[in-house]
Amino acid sequence: MRRAGVQPLLDDRQGRRAMVWIMAIMIFLTTLSAALGLSTRNAGATLDRQLAARLTVQVIEGDAATRDAETVRLLARLKASADVVRAAEVDRTRLAELLRPWLGEAGLDADLPMPAMIDVDLRSGDDAAVARVEALAKSVGPGIRVDRHATWLAPVRAFVGAIGWTALGLVLVMASATAAVVLLVARAGLDTHRGTIDILHMLGSTDLQIARLFQRRIGQDTLTGGAIGVLAGGLVVAALGERMATLDSQLVDGITLAPLDWAVVAVLPFAFTLLAMLAARVAVLRRLARVL
Amino acid sequence: MGDGPVEARAFVASIVQFENVGLRYGQGPETLSDVSFSLHAGTFHFLLGPSGAGKTSLLRLLYLSQRPSRGVIRLFGEDMVTSPRGRLPGFRRRIGVVFQDFRLVPHLSARDNIALPLRVAGMPEEDIAEPVGEMLAWVGLTDRADARPPTLSGGEQQRVAIARAVINRPEILVADEPTGNVDPDMAERLLKLFASLNRLGTTVVMATHDHHLLHRVPDARLMRLERGRLADPTGMLRYPPATP
Repeated sequence: MRRAGVQPLLDDRQGRRAMVWIMAIMIFLTTLSAALGLSTRNAGATLDRQLAARLTVQVIEGDAATRDAETVRLLARLKASADVVRAAEVDRTRLAELLRPWLGEAGLDADLPMPAMIDVDLRSGDDAAVARVEALAKSVGPGIRVDRHATWLAPVRAFVGAIGWTALGLVLVMASATAAVVLLVARAGLDTHRGTIDILHMLGSTDLQIARLFQRRIGQDTLTGGAIGVLAGGLVVAALGERMATLDSQLVDGITLAPLDWAVVAVLPFAFTLLAMLAARVAVLRRLARVL
Repeated sequence: MGDGPVEARAFVASIVQFENVGLRYGQGPETLSDVSFSLHAGTFHFLLGPSGAGKTSLLRLLYLSQRPSRGVIRLFGEDMVTSPRGRLPGFRRRIGVVFQDFRLVPHLSARDNIALPLRVAGMPEEDIAEPVGEMLAWVGLTDRADARPPTLSGGEQQRVAIARAVINRPEILVADEPTGNVDPDMAERLLKLFASLNRLGTTVVMATHDHHLLHRVPDARLMRLERGRLADPTGMLRYPPATP
């Protein structure tokens, strides 16, 4: 029923600014939640890639000569294996340095039976490849132990996953809250514009025509607020990303948004606008169905 | 058998039929009881009765703002009691309504208020200006077209309301005390508008307390409500309908 150049049927002067800012805040928070969820998902994927195919092999042998011999043989066989991309012994001096806080100078004592350690990068992190490397290691020496990095860092990975799920939950909570706000706004609007709606009914307006008036108005408010919210949220996320990049940490290396993730964030105001319009339509139609 | 065609013609000509209609609000007593009448197309009716007699309730049933508690109401040959809710807007567009308190949309100009029924009916915007201009001229408000209702006098507002009610060329015009808030001269001018519309074929039902107006429309019939019951001493309103 709205035409260009014609005064809107619902008097729009009251309450719209508040609705725009409520929507801006909701979508700002949703943008932050979505960005957190997407970036932690990326971090999780990076961790998976980094950890799944990485092993540490420990040659635990009290006799130094035997240990050295086993280490050399094992290194040679690992490098020859089709499953292994890279195998390198961890520098023993560096190991001793790492242990110094716990063992003191004793860590540098040649008589201390320190295990030899070999870092191994596999072509694939699947269980079969790991099992083959374990079998290969056992064939060299029964005391050789193979540790998967993924096993050590499983709690970290689980924590990253939990953050991702929490962020997704927050996005859903914000969407539900937005729908609830729209329901309240639509109901309040129906009360405010009751006189006009009665006149429209009397003139033969259908419920759908009246619902469209509310849908359009709430859609415009949500889109305007959404644009403000997503812009502000995007700026905050971008600024945090810049700060994180300067940390130069392997752990936070993967916490970034890919171009596709930014596209998902940019779609949020439109998705929320559709949600708000749908909620307004349902609220108005349900209320109007109660009157003749 | 011989009366069949005559009865059929009478049925078609009867645009409104009430049969033993009763209306009760909640658990209270009946506001309307056993109301039966028929109105022929193109007739003019004054609805009379003291305050609280049920005039407004009867008009609400007529313009489909309310369903009866019992009885049958037929408008345009269709049963309005059993008609699905979704079909009512189509029937409402064939009925014009004028109220004592005007019920204009306050933030819309006189022009946009008058155009409202056309927009509701989905008329293209480019086709709206001409009939709205004609209506404004008909009610003598061309120079007040852009004024909003709060800046118009009571008589001007009522003329806007009448223009809005008739712009769709309704088959029935229902007016609930339309002269109640205007001076006697304006009341006569408004009545002339109703009478001219009636001459074009619109059935008019007008509730009024103003007995001075009754003789201004020579062919008008009187309907009198008392305590929710319709008095029909002349039998002009009887149901089944008489032939016109």
